[in-house]
Amino acid sequence: MAGRDWNPWRRLLALPNESRTKTVLIAFLVSASCAALVSGATVMLRPIQAANRAAEEQARIEALVQGIPGMSALLQQSGGTLSTVVIDLATGRAAAEVSPETLDAALSDPGNWTALGPGQDLAGLGQRPDFAQIFLLRDAGQISLVLLPLSGRGYGGRIDAILALRGDMNTIAGLAVTQHSETPGLGGRIEEASWQADFPGTELRDESGEMRFRVARGPASTVHEVDGITGATRTGRGVTEMVRFWLGPDGYGPLLDAIERGEF
Amino acid sequence: MAARTDVWTTLTDPLIRQNPVTLQILGICSALAVTTTLATALTMSISLTVVLTLAAGLVSVIRRHIPETIRLIVQIVIVASLVIVIDQILQAYFAEISRALSVYVGLITTNCLVLGRTEAYARHHAPLPAMVDAFGNGLGYSLVLILIGGLRELFGKGELFGHQVLPLADAGGWFTPLSLMLLAPSAFFLLGLLVWTVRSLYPGQTEAPEHTPPLRAEPAE
Repeated sequence: MAGRDWNPWRRLLALPNESRTKTVLIAFLVSASCAALVSGATVMLRPIQAANRAAEEQARIEALVQGIPGMSALLQQSGGTLSTVVIDLATGRAAAEVSPETLDAALSDPGNWTALGPGQDLAGLGQRPDFAQIFLLRDAGQISLVLLPLSGRGYGGRIDAILALRGDMNTIAGLAVTQHSETPGLGGRIEEASWQADFPGTELRDESGEMRFRVARGPASTVHEVDGITGATRTGRGVTEMVRFWLGPDGYGPLLDAIERGEF
Repeated sequence: MAARTDVWTTLTDPLIRQNPVTLQILGICSALAVTTTLATALTMSISLTVVLTLAAGLVSVIRRHIPETIRLIVQIVIVASLVIVIDQILQAYFAEISRALSVYVGLITTNCLVLGRTEAYARHHAPLPAMVDAFGNGLGYSLVLILIGGLRELFGKGELFGHQVLPLADAGGWFTPLSLMLLAPSAFFLLGLLVWTVRSLYPGQTEAPEHTPPLRAEPAE
């Protein structure tokens, strides 16, 4: 054998396995290479995953629109397409300087978000974007359907959904959950069509204009309620608060008022 | 010649005789959860076999340098990283199936089968035999999953891979779907029957009873 080996790599490998230096170094090397592997895969595959999610959301919007009774006839009358509008939530009017193409860029600027105070923050979001992309369907000049994206917090994390409202801005035409992380088999059932089928026809407000919508605990008993899911009370409450927040004064309230006044 | 038979036995032994699921009862959780349809069972089988084979190879390559004190955590870190990579690939290219599998791909990390093979075999053998053994065990697991998944989909929905095989009574055929087959208990029954069949064929696998039951029933507490 030659004298001392000065190659640090060989010296490391030659150390007894039980030595503290080698234990720490092996732990470090294994975690570093695994971290590189995982980050590499995540970063490389993210664009494909984002495209998948966007396609899925588009498919759910289409399914939601097709699932509303009488929708296909309405769509054919109006030329077969929904119009996409970016609105300014604070004023309830179409945003002048933001288009659907530039919405993502606008929302990446923290200046275009509004922080919510504890009293306002029903849906547990912390902050709310100033702009939102909505979909409208007009029938002979009147708005007959509006699709509003919502987001809120359920039991397991964020819930994203799209709510369809009829022309009176009070009757729900349908709901589609686009993303959630609720417990599979319990709260996760909010993505099932059988649960979402209870939404069409549900009314948001009573005659005095008070918001009455809620997910019931158990079967729905009034026209303002939808059936709750057993074992998913917090998910149901999350959905209730999400709908109440977004259709209230801090969400789409100004927009709904503008539509009712016929200004939109 | 001897070496070749050796590799062959390492590969084929875990298929039926030493099957990790029926003999060692490992990896049951996922075997029950993802076998409602053949497609999910097949995806899960492929994912597990790939993770297991790669993990066994990697652990075997560095086996002489894994300090005894942290060997389990080193193995788990390797397995977990591979699982995340597989999960990301599934999410990117098989979004539909990835949603159906939900958390179970992530749970491959905690599948006793994977840690069992790396700990018991890969840590003491050269990379090639270790990977062959892991691949064989992955195939053994896949065999059980595909069998149960196929039976459950066939009798639960009358379909295989989503294609109608048995004509349904609703649509004018003769077959009434057994909805029990789509629920978790049926996987238990099928797995129990399978273990029973294998142990009838190989009586040597029958375990000795751990205790003899008392003669008369005692009131609980």
